[in-house]
Amino acid sequence: MEIGELERMARQIRLRDLQAVYEAGAGHIGGEMSVIDVLTALYFRVLRLWPDQPKNPARDRFVLSKGHTACALYVTLAKRGFIPEEEISTFLKPYSRLNGHPNCNKVPGVETNTGPLGHGLPVAVGMAKAAQLSGADYHTYVITGDGEMQEGSNWEAIMAAAQFKLNNLTLIIDHNRFQQGASLSDTNDIAPLRPKLEAFGWEVTEIDGNKMSEVVPALEFRGDRPHCIVAHTNKGHGISFMQDRVDWHHKVPNKEQYEIAVAELSEALS
Amino acid sequence: MNAPVPSPKLYDCRDAFAATLERLAAEDETIVAVCNDSVGSSKLGGFKEKFPERLVNVGIAEQNMIGVAAGLANGGRLPYVCAAAPFLTGRSLEQVKADISYSNANVKLVGISSGMAYGELGPTHHSIEDFAWMRVLPNLPVIAPCDRIETAAAVEWAASYAGPCFLRLSRVGVPDLLPEGHKFELGKANLLREGSDVTLIANGTLTHRMMKAAEILAERGIHARVLNLATVRPIDEAAIIAAANETGAIVTAEEHSVFGGLGSAVAEVVVDHAPVPMKRLGVPGIFAPTGSAEFLLDEFGMAPSAIADAAEALIRRKAA
Repeated sequence: MEIGELERMARQIRLRDLQAVYEAGAGHIGGEMSVIDVLTALYFRVLRLWPDQPKNPARDRFVLSKGHTACALYVTLAKRGFIPEEEISTFLKPYSRLNGHPNCNKVPGVETNTGPLGHGLPVAVGMAKAAQLSGADYHTYVITGDGEMQEGSNWEAIMAAAQFKLNNLTLIIDHNRFQQGASLSDTNDIAPLRPKLEAFGWEVTEIDGNKMSEVVPALEFRGDRPHCIVAHTNKGHGISFMQDRVDWHHKVPNKEQYEIAVAELSEALS
Repeated sequence: MNAPVPSPKLYDCRDAFAATLERLAAEDETIVAVCNDSVGSSKLGGFKEKFPERLVNVGIAEQNMIGVAAGLANGGRLPYVCAAAPFLTGRSLEQVKADISYSNANVKLVGISSGMAYGELGPTHHSIEDFAWMRVLPNLPVIAPCDRIETAAAVEWAASYAGPCFLRLSRVGVPDLLPEGHKFELGKANLLREGSDVTLIANGTLTHRMMKAAEILAERGIHARVLNLATVRPIDEAAIIAAANETGAIVTAEEHSVFGGLGSAVAEVVVDHAPVPMKRLGVPGIFAPTGSAEFLLDEFGMAPSAIADAAEALIRRKAA
């Protein structure tokens, strides 16, 4: 897909995600809106994948370490043909395989179970290390939240990736500046992220993570070291009243808010 | 059917583990060893020499170690994670839960120097909670071999088993108990000694103490059955129910807290299916004082003569 098509797809995914969260009465909409552009670029442009062969050994690996934004992943997987689109309406319902955090043994396209923060990056390091050992040429991508980088396990993994010289690993930090209860800066301000990653031996790119023309080339970049993309994003991106408001971490819109949000996203689509 | 009299020679089961892993790795290039700077304590020196590229040493970082192992399995490698049991299980428990057990990643977790093997180093280095922590997790067989023969058999079995497992090994010397060529069967107790008055159930470093206790009991005219129950989960319900029905009393002993371990697992089967008097020997829910593993096992009532005394007392309760 070209940039314009990707932008259109991202808006459609936002719209479906909004509807799913509204109908389920729960979800993590703020962090979903911030990360959807990166997810869209990965699944519709960058990742080498076969929706009908989700376990093909040659597939690129993708891990959504910020697993609480599972709904955005489900919608993306559905749009890409991994699961039926009509299944999205079962999100969070009894016995749905689409629970609040992705399950790799139930949902095709999910590589490992995430939910507790600080798990995805170590697993991604193992995936990239496996390719280095076997000579496989797949690439591994992992998305973490910025608040999630407060977990020490991430820094264990960052050290290991540099030591192993994993040039087949890309970490995207969804830097939306808010965590569950407050802003990053008021909680445990680990920004700026770039110098920390660089000090640990990584190559770092900073982009506007809600701007497709910056997202795509950053994801397609290949270097000789592990690569971190600090994606500056807006929590609630695309919906004016949610943007950069901490209370939209996992708040659910009421009917009036929902209609405003649908109208805004639809207008952007037309 | 009585097992042969145990040889007095004692063996460190880590040697059998390392030799078996090296043999398997020579035949299967997907096998990798993952460790946390624990090359020496896991006896991975030979593996490192033979397969330097396939030793994935993450440094002193246990949470990352488990995650990396899950990722290696996703990428088609067969990881054996080798680390001191207290840190492998305790430090990275959530990683074991989410990345290995819940994700059903084909990773073999090998907890070395489990129980009170690090005796004098103190309770931070004791791993007397690991049965409890590991056996509540779905998809994760929990196995504590009793000698070098069963250790080698379990390490070999693990390679052919399509899923994760936890092997609990010690460094404390134990005699040979099972016959050479013994094949490990998941969830199957081994009858080491027949008897009808009481059943002694143990695994790991306690099985040979149970055999000695049975000999002492025999001198007192008591016929004790001895079961080696390496697999704590899935547990051999049939063997436990038969022991309860046929001998009417069960003593368990373990290098673990009495809360949540082997004795608890056996008791769960007994209360559900065949209630009989039981005595659970182990660490009585405290942090152990200073001393070697052998000293502490004796201290906590698991010297063979003390086990025999406990069995006798239990048999009296059965008659009452």
